[in-house]
Amino acid sequence: MSFLELKDATLKFGGVTAVDNLSFSVNEGEVFAIVGPNGAGKSTVFNLISRFYDPHAGSITFDGHDLLKSKPSEVATFGVARTFQNIELFDQATVLENLLVGRHRHRKTNLVNEIFFTPSARKQELQNRHFVEEIIDFLDLQAYREKRIAGLPYGVRKVVEVARALATDPKLLLLDEPASGLSVEETTDMRWWIDDIRRQMGITVLMVEHDMGLVSGVSDRVLAMADGARLALGTPSEVQSDPAVIEAYLGHVA
Amino acid sequence: MRIVFKTDYMQDIRPWKDRYQLGLYLILLAVVFAAPMVIDDFYLGELTNVLIWALAGMGLMILTGHTGQASLGHAAFLAFGCYANIILMEQGVPFMVAFPVAGLLTGIVGVIIAIPALRLHGIYLAIATLAMSILTDDIIVLTEPWTGGVGGKYAPSVNVFGFDIDRWGTPKEFYYLVLGVVVIVTLGYINLMRAPLGRSFIAVRDSEVSAQAMGVDIARTKAMSFGLSCAVTGLAGALMGLFAGAFNNETFSVIISIELLMMIVIGGLGSIHGAFFGAIVIGFLPQFLSISKEWVGAVFGGSSVAIPGLEFGVFGMILIGFILFEPMGIYGRWLKIRTFFELFPFYRKDMFKRQKSYLKTERLR
Repeated sequence: MSFLELKDATLKFGGVTAVDNLSFSVNEGEVFAIVGPNGAGKSTVFNLISRFYDPHAGSITFDGHDLLKSKPSEVATFGVARTFQNIELFDQATVLENLLVGRHRHRKTNLVNEIFFTPSARKQELQNRHFVEEIIDFLDLQAYREKRIAGLPYGVRKVVEVARALATDPKLLLLDEPASGLSVEETTDMRWWIDDIRRQMGITVLMVEHDMGLVSGVSDRVLAMADGARLALGTPSEVQSDPAVIEAYLGHVA
Repeated sequence: MRIVFKTDYMQDIRPWKDRYQLGLYLILLAVVFAAPMVIDDFYLGELTNVLIWALAGMGLMILTGHTGQASLGHAAFLAFGCYANIILMEQGVPFMVAFPVAGLLTGIVGVIIAIPALRLHGIYLAIATLAMSILTDDIIVLTEPWTGGVGGKYAPSVNVFGFDIDRWGTPKEFYYLVLGVVVIVTLGYINLMRAPLGRSFIAVRDSEVSAQAMGVDIARTKAMSFGLSCAVTGLAGALMGLFAGAFNNETFSVIISIELLMMIVIGGLGSIHGAFFGAIVIGFLPQFLSISKEWVGAVFGGSSVAIPGLEFGVFGMILIGFILFEPMGIYGRWLKIRTFFELFPFYRKDMFKRQKSYLKTERLR
């Protein structure tokens, strides 16, 4: 049984079919990229997996769980973490606090423990902090640890979002355009990080990305989408040379 | 310039930054503890009033300041806490039991109300809670057999650890009772904010979408916040009833709700300090106004002229001033002043300026 599997997923907004009978599966340990022109339904696929939208038909399973039977907040507790295309951080909190929210799914204390801050709550906080510090080290965020998000530059925010997703200690990481708006150097950094996330941490990565350099550099398999449907699926070079993909991006050959 | 050199995670987990800060708070605690020996009974009463308002402010701060859910209905929970406490005591329950139970009951009522109310967002939630506040008046009149309706009720003196405590008879003891409750609630609040639940409140406030993606159950978290908020507000209401001595359906009017919300905005949303700063303003403003009116009257004549709505007018102007010039409230201003002196002469004017926020993902509502 595959790790993450979408089967015949369909989602309609009124007359628009955003995701059209889409099936694909992601294997454990691979980096899987979704590419496609704007409006192809890539982010919508993410929002389906995160359970922000209910598909009209089809099934989504992850690691033996039927995601369609779970609440949006439960998806994270199964070990799926994600970032957002337009950055959704907790603006009025520090980087450290943002990452600590990522530890929420490992919360073992209850209200009473926390109000009296019993030794178990203290121990949990120390463990959380220890885990979060490793992520901060990994992504070189030491300089921003105590800074509020509201004052941070765009590139750093992108990294903090990845860090917060990693803080949940996920099995599957969904990255929605991790390199959009980043400089060339930052994109290169992101590339090595994604590689390390897979190799060192053993986390499966599913990403949406437009930067073909990044996509062909890190991903094992690529899914190309257009108008909510699957165009091609294969290795990066296979997909790049697929006639249907070229047509979707460039139009008909005259 | 003071730099805290960190060598241990506990330095971030414990509530104070360093010994200097801990020292300041201990001095503050000593000052409020010694206050009854220094100031006369009138001002002690005013200080008690400020502490009760601060308690109510902390209640609303949990919900509005930290979870981002505006409520214009918290006077209803003040009323519920107040009546629950008195009614329980009239049934023969000792104060030491009735008081926490009143808080607990108010919290439960809060959770029950939260379940439908929290499907609403922003201004709609404010309107719904405003309606609840307006309804309270009628509900108290309709349930006259329990609440005494328009005729109202009188607060008896209460027994705490064998001491008879009464607002008028023993103001010093009453002050210590209120102070004790405020200190305990404040400590609980501080603990909550450094634990996962408090952080999930902030997460829900700043971005519901990503809070959900981090595994925070939005509905549960909001209901929890509503419950805690109402429980604290209920405790404040019980103390307010004892402090007022007598109360009826009009005591906890919608004006109180609005004043409470204004108070935490002026004090500084999203900080425990803000509740206290706001309470000081709202508690001492009437005294300040009457003293300055007397002074103006003594200098220019006409001290006996009553100016209707003066207090609310001034209060409104202060609120507008804060929203325009210092949206972070008194606490925000205090942080700026402190940073100015800590970094002197390196403070820059735009140090606290927020960078423009980037486009938010569509809210998926």
